[in-house]
Amino acid sequence: MTDWEAVIGLEVHCQLLTKSKIFSGAATAYGAEPNTQADGVTLGFPGVLPVLNGEALRMAVTFGLAVGAQVAERCVFARKHYFYPDLPKGYQISQYELPIVAKGTLDIELDDGHGGVTHKTIGITRAHMEEDAGKSLHENYSGATGIDLNRAGTPLIEIVSEPDIRSAAEAVAYLKKLHQLVVYLGICDGNMQEGSFRCDANVSVRRKGEAKFGTRTETKNVNSFRFVEKAIEYEIERQIEVIEGGGRIIQETRLFNPDTGETKSMRVKEDANDYRYFPDPDLLPVVCSADYIERIRELLPELPDTKKVRFQKNYGLAAYDAGVLTGSRELADYYEEVVKLSGADAKLCANWVITDLLGALNKLGKEKYVDSGFVTIPASMLAGLLKRIADKTISGKIAKEVFEAMIAGEGDADAIIKAKGLVQITDESAIISAIDKVMAASPGQLAEYRSGKDKLFGFFVGQVMKATQGKANPDAVNRLLKEKLAG
Amino acid sequence: MHTLSLKELSDGLKARRFSSRELTRHYLDRIGAHDRALNSYITVTAERALAQADAADARLAAGEAGALTGIPLAQKDIFCTAGVRTSCGSKMLDKFVAPYDATIVRKLDGAGMVMLGKANMDEFAMGSSNETSFYGPVKNPWDLERVPGGSSGGSVAAVAAGLAPVATATDTGGSIRQPAALTNLTGIKPTYGRVSRYGMIAFASSLDQAGVVARSAQDAALVLQAMSGFDPLDSTSVERPVDDYSGALGKSLKGLRIGLPKEYFAEGLDPGARACIEAAVKVYEGLGASVREVSLPNAPLSVPTYYVVAPAEASSNLARFDGVRYGHRAEGVHTLEELYKRSRGEGFGAEVQRRIMIGTYVLSHGYYDAYYLKAQKVRRLIYDDFRRAFGEVDLVLGPTAQSVAFKLGDKTDDPVAMYLNDIYTIAANLAGIPAMSLPCGFHQGLPVGMQLMGNFFDEARMLNAAHQYQQATDFHRQWPKGFE
Amino acid sequence: MSLSPEQVKQVAHLARLSLPPEKVGPYATQLSNILQMVDQLSGASTDQVPPMAHPLEMVQRLRADAVSEENRREAFQAIAPAVENGVYLVPRVIE
Repeated sequence: MTDWEAVIGLEVHCQLLTKSKIFSGAATAYGAEPNTQADGVTLGFPGVLPVLNGEALRMAVTFGLAVGAQVAERCVFARKHYFYPDLPKGYQISQYELPIVAKGTLDIELDDGHGGVTHKTIGITRAHMEEDAGKSLHENYSGATGIDLNRAGTPLIEIVSEPDIRSAAEAVAYLKKLHQLVVYLGICDGNMQEGSFRCDANVSVRRKGEAKFGTRTETKNVNSFRFVEKAIEYEIERQIEVIEGGGRIIQETRLFNPDTGETKSMRVKEDANDYRYFPDPDLLPVVCSADYIERIRELLPELPDTKKVRFQKNYGLAAYDAGVLTGSRELADYYEEVVKLSGADAKLCANWVITDLLGALNKLGKEKYVDSGFVTIPASMLAGLLKRIADKTISGKIAKEVFEAMIAGEGDADAIIKAKGLVQITDESAIISAIDKVMAASPGQLAEYRSGKDKLFGFFVGQVMKATQGKANPDAVNRLLKEKLAG
Repeated sequence: MHTLSLKELSDGLKARRFSSRELTRHYLDRIGAHDRALNSYITVTAERALAQADAADARLAAGEAGALTGIPLAQKDIFCTAGVRTSCGSKMLDKFVAPYDATIVRKLDGAGMVMLGKANMDEFAMGSSNETSFYGPVKNPWDLERVPGGSSGGSVAAVAAGLAPVATATDTGGSIRQPAALTNLTGIKPTYGRVSRYGMIAFASSLDQAGVVARSAQDAALVLQAMSGFDPLDSTSVERPVDDYSGALGKSLKGLRIGLPKEYFAEGLDPGARACIEAAVKVYEGLGASVREVSLPNAPLSVPTYYVVAPAEASSNLARFDGVRYGHRAEGVHTLEELYKRSRGEGFGAEVQRRIMIGTYVLSHGYYDAYYLKAQKVRRLIYDDFRRAFGEVDLVLGPTAQSVAFKLGDKTDDPVAMYLNDIYTIAANLAGIPAMSLPCGFHQGLPVGMQLMGNFFDEARMLNAAHQYQQATDFHRQWPKGFE
Repeated sequence: MSLSPEQVKQVAHLARLSLPPEKVGPYATQLSNILQMVDQLSGASTDQVPPMAHPLEMVQRLRADAVSEENRREAFQAIAPAVENGVYLVPRVIE
């Protein structure tokens, strides 16, 4: 294995988040009854014609700008021909010679194996617009295959990477980064189970130091980050084994089986590479003026990398924390909202969002923690809690208790603090009175302390906090206790 | 009634001299009496027609009628008509009923026109003699042993024989003009993009254009006006106002510059046809036009260019006919490949299969550059020729076909000979310019047509030139014997 | 350029057309004749000539992203050769 190097390129199909299809006004919603979102254009009926969805184009351009690519001033749709029942027209409208996006890059972060990170830039060869195919259903149709064309015509961008990737781990890092980006941009919902973000992996191996690429295989159907990793690892090992065993790699398409973790050869289509591409005569060249591109550029959201750097700088966060908080646009916005509304220390806010909020929501099994649809704890609510820490109404410890109650749906911080009587005791006389009682009740410990057993200080703090149900201001307790114990 | 012009029919309807129902009934009766001999209709929609006629009569009575309200027509069976079979002349679509209307069907219905039925045509509009139709050949009313031309053979036969006052048609390489010439009609193919292609079953998308066959330029102008205009459902439709075609028909031709392309008068043109066209040129000079020779040096390459571009696009457009969602499906198939191959093999006729194979071949790996790309470059040369010519002249005039109608079966075994029928018409499709054919005499008792070609969107000028000629001549008023 | 019977079979396969054996020969002849006619193109000088895909110098128009088509499955499937529970049926595809 150590003599070998893998060369990997990924092709990612990313469904664009439009309401209607790329070339018709049929809906694109997931999960509808079969063929209820298939209009004449989707079904490839005779005489009907495609008209390009402007939003699909805008999203493709948005992607191109986000990866620093060239957005083509003029791009062309081409027909890619093959016969398959989920492809209603006998051709897929795609782009061939003149794609909308070319020559971009994506920076990925990799574990350096020593607790740090290294950076690597992966080239993006191109991204082109095309229409999705329908689905073949192999169950329940009395020995036949059923065809559902609801998905056909859904806009896609196919993002093709350069063969810059050298390991399964890099592939996963690239994919995760790409996934984060398209979701950030609001051009894809990123739902891998539903097939909104799909990946094919081109893998070859060569002996280290060799300049020429080996023969590659294309593995399809790898639709989770974990499967991508497994499929690529399997394929690398398989190829090395074949070559070391004196065999040679056949350029072919392979299918990943998630149950076995293996890839296997798909039936070879002998005419697979004669797609007879030619410019679609039903569609005209797509022209993106400099103005149009500029307008889209102005609307680009702050991208994850930029945001991360800003969080580190503006909020004084560690790289790791900034990375977590900028993991999604929603979470980043949530965090900034909390900081703004609470007026509390930014690092304290970060700790609360990362450790407490995400921890709690993970426990609740809510993957999309701050999705606007089911905000368990809106930013204003968490900010309300942090505000009470900042103004010393409650201690950090009590805050955890309030937070638990908040998760349980008992209301906002102030209501919980009031209902449970958790307001911090800052009144010194009350604290002194508690200290007096504790000292009176523990004469043995007091004597030991005074004879030099300093460690017992903690014991007294604990007793005082217990006597005040944890509500006493810890700073005041410390200070006053020291005075009193000294006698 | 069937000898009246559309204007006269409209006047008659508005004056209540006859009702749309009576007029429609009259045409349905004529179809019943004559179409067995001609085979110009694939489907006659009598009930639907009478219902439309009644609706038109109501509009007429209410004083809400337009210029075409209540006037019957035949629709070429390439236009989708909701609820009525659209066969495209093919076994593949013998049972196909589209759940939508073509845009032009919607427009003409909206104008109050009455659809008598769906006109016969070459299968998928591939043919120049109407002999490739699954529904049998159409006969030329001028000589029942001869072809009416194609692919719009049913449209022209119906209008020429008075089985419809006017008909829609389509033209990919001459399918309006050549049959119009062979049946003594006026047929116009407008500028590419002028009429919506939505709902018109595609043959070659970058060449296909819908138009009209009529008995005069005046009739054609009326119907073309109603068909034309921007359609958001067709990406190749042009957003540009439509000129007033009928309003342009009164202008004098003084100062009109007519170009005669020398390549169109070279070898191959029948002397009888040439004589008719030369006489027509004299008529134009008499009307005040100036005539000069122009050159379209790449015109001789239009047939080979066309037979790369059109089959390539056709092979792709016809890939959707696979027996899965609609159309002919072979019985007793066990594998997917068998389903495709047998459904397509059985559903398509020989000419369609030839063109699909040629198209598949010229697009396939290793041949694309030599054929398809080369043809697209030559296409530009042909286009540039016209650009140059229209810098010098307003209209180009030449023959529509090499000769008069030929006999049924004469060319069916020789595809290349058949293809050369369109030698004068194809260039206009490749360039995208408007062109029309109009009657200019008879040779051996059969009609001869001349062709006018105009600059982009210059239909109005072209129609007026045709109209002025028809004011000075009466060829277009001649009727085939037995159909008067 | 002429097409051999073998090439005709290949092209027919690519185009998914069943071709009875007795038709291969005649098709080979006819298609070869057509290609010979087409070969006139090779004589044209087209250096520096940009290919022309379309007669009009227009650009693609954009449609607003709105759902304009309702569910018309019944109408579309009324003419389908084989459907079951709303899906189109084809002979079993083995993957």
